[in-house]
Amino acid sequence: MSIYFLPFEKELAGIYNKLETALAFDKIDEANQLEDKINRLRENIYSNLDEWQVAQVARHPNRPYTIDYIEGLIEDFTELHGDRNFADDPAIVGGIGRFHGKTVCVIGHQKGHDTKEKIARNFGMPRPEGYRKALRLMKLAEKFSIPIITLVDTPGAYPGIDAEERGQAEAIARNLREMATLEVPVITVIIGEGGSGGALGIAVANRVLMLQYSIYSVISPEGCASILWKDAAKAEEAAKALKFTAGPLKEFGIVDEIIPEPVGGAHANPKEIIRTTGEYLHRQLEELNHLKIKELQEQRYRKFRQIGKIIKVEQNV
Amino acid sequence: MSWFKRKDENITTDLSDRGKIPAGLWLKCDQCGEIIYQKEVAAFGMVCPKCSYHFPIPPQDRLEQLFNGNPYKFLFRDIQPDDPLGFSAAKSYRDQLKRQADRKKVDEAVVVVEGKLGKQHVIVAIMDFSFLGGSMGSVVGEKLTLAAETALEKKKALIIFSCSGGARMMEGALSLMQMAKVSAALARLDKARIPYVSVLTHPTTGGVTASFAMLGDMNIAEPGALVGFAGPRVIQQTIKADLPKGFQRSEFLLAHGMVDRVVPRNRLKDELITILSLLHG
Repeated sequence: MSIYFLPFEKELAGIYNKLETALAFDKIDEANQLEDKINRLRENIYSNLDEWQVAQVARHPNRPYTIDYIEGLIEDFTELHGDRNFADDPAIVGGIGRFHGKTVCVIGHQKGHDTKEKIARNFGMPRPEGYRKALRLMKLAEKFSIPIITLVDTPGAYPGIDAEERGQAEAIARNLREMATLEVPVITVIIGEGGSGGALGIAVANRVLMLQYSIYSVISPEGCASILWKDAAKAEEAAKALKFTAGPLKEFGIVDEIIPEPVGGAHANPKEIIRTTGEYLHRQLEELNHLKIKELQEQRYRKFRQIGKIIKVEQNV
Repeated sequence: MSWFKRKDENITTDLSDRGKIPAGLWLKCDQCGEIIYQKEVAAFGMVCPKCSYHFPIPPQDRLEQLFNGNPYKFLFRDIQPDDPLGFSAAKSYRDQLKRQADRKKVDEAVVVVEGKLGKQHVIVAIMDFSFLGGSMGSVVGEKLTLAAETALEKKKALIIFSCSGGARMMEGALSLMQMAKVSAALARLDKARIPYVSVLTHPTTGGVTASFAMLGDMNIAEPGALVGFAGPRVIQQTIKADLPKGFQRSEFLLAHGMVDRVVPRNRLKDELITILSLLHG
């Protein structure tokens, strides 16, 4: 896999080229020095990313996707296909497998690593059948008392004629309602892009965790910019205004825990972030396993019930 | 680049009245372009007598049509918006809210009342498009959740008239979460077998459609209403092709199985009464 450098990592790319040359000529000392330099620079760049830069890391083409997490964490994973209604949507993958010896159901958006897969997966933008497959699998998990893990990574639900014809809105709405009362633990991890209703449609959970450089937003910065400024190029400003990074979302009570990423982001060390995510998931699942069905439902209800910021005034009549 | 330029700067045309219903005697229909007598349109419940286009109406008119002089009580008017993100883009959210407050908009983007429709006690919520496009932020989410919780507690049917551009950008992910919050409250109503009727009015899109608006035991739409998940412009830009005629209109939704009935405004009240009485036996 070739390394892709983001615009703000330009300096890094230059040194990386030198390192490759040094390695090609077996200049070990020089290579070591350059490697140190890369690490220091990377640490420096990543110690202070702004919102727009975080969005770019969240969308990094080398960032690990749902299937990478499944391969790294789940044994005997058995993918299950189709919504029993219309089709199988490859933009959402789901199935059952073993996590720390216990059966879990894993459902997540799947983007593609190469062009061919990106197109096949519709860039991780599900159609209604994707959400209906997700719900079918969640109901299956509920039936057999299997905890559910959902991984969120989508630019949004697909805006297309066919998606509207088959009820994109209804599919998402139904998931929101049905997930609220599931009788099993549900944990969501925002692993990349949490694109609006398309993300929330599989994210009504007891615990919502978020990777450090992920985003979770009501609208994409580009969409917001094109509405407010009539100019998608203002995305950088919109990114600042929307406060969609993990820190503010934790303060708002939307996100319960932030999973720290390796220096340079998840793509710099996929193995490490997958392992860390596994540890967080394991601990959270152990905690939720102690709760009874009613407690799980009540906790999930309360979690979303308290979200929002309002002012109470003297009664207006 | 426009073809014509103003010769002098600082001459601006006030467009704030554009799209509003003029106070004059005559009215131009948005759909057929016919010039019609205002009183005649009003007599039809703001429906064009020539092409039966349903003009958007303010919640107050909707309340009058529903309750027709019978008493009803406003609920949750003490809940007012805040600016949790300190959102400032082309305009500041705080200024936008201030402007609405100056218009004495005490109900934010949704009015909730308790009253009697026929013989049935009901909780009715009506969204107001004139308040920031009827968008759902924390206040709309909270009021609708309270409406559902009150319906559950008092075992009264819930009716929500949707009219909204979707989740409110200026409150970021907090707005997004209101979709889950309201839907969770509706899940409880659903389990308790208390009727919820969703009435879709022009226009209803985005996060509102993708949550409570599509979750009615019955979904009823006014004729010709634009109802969808993605807005038509977004879809057009994505697929780079023209959209079929009548796409995302009520009749399209009816044909695709997304709504139970398309009901003209003048029959809406009677239909709601019939439905509720049939469900309650």
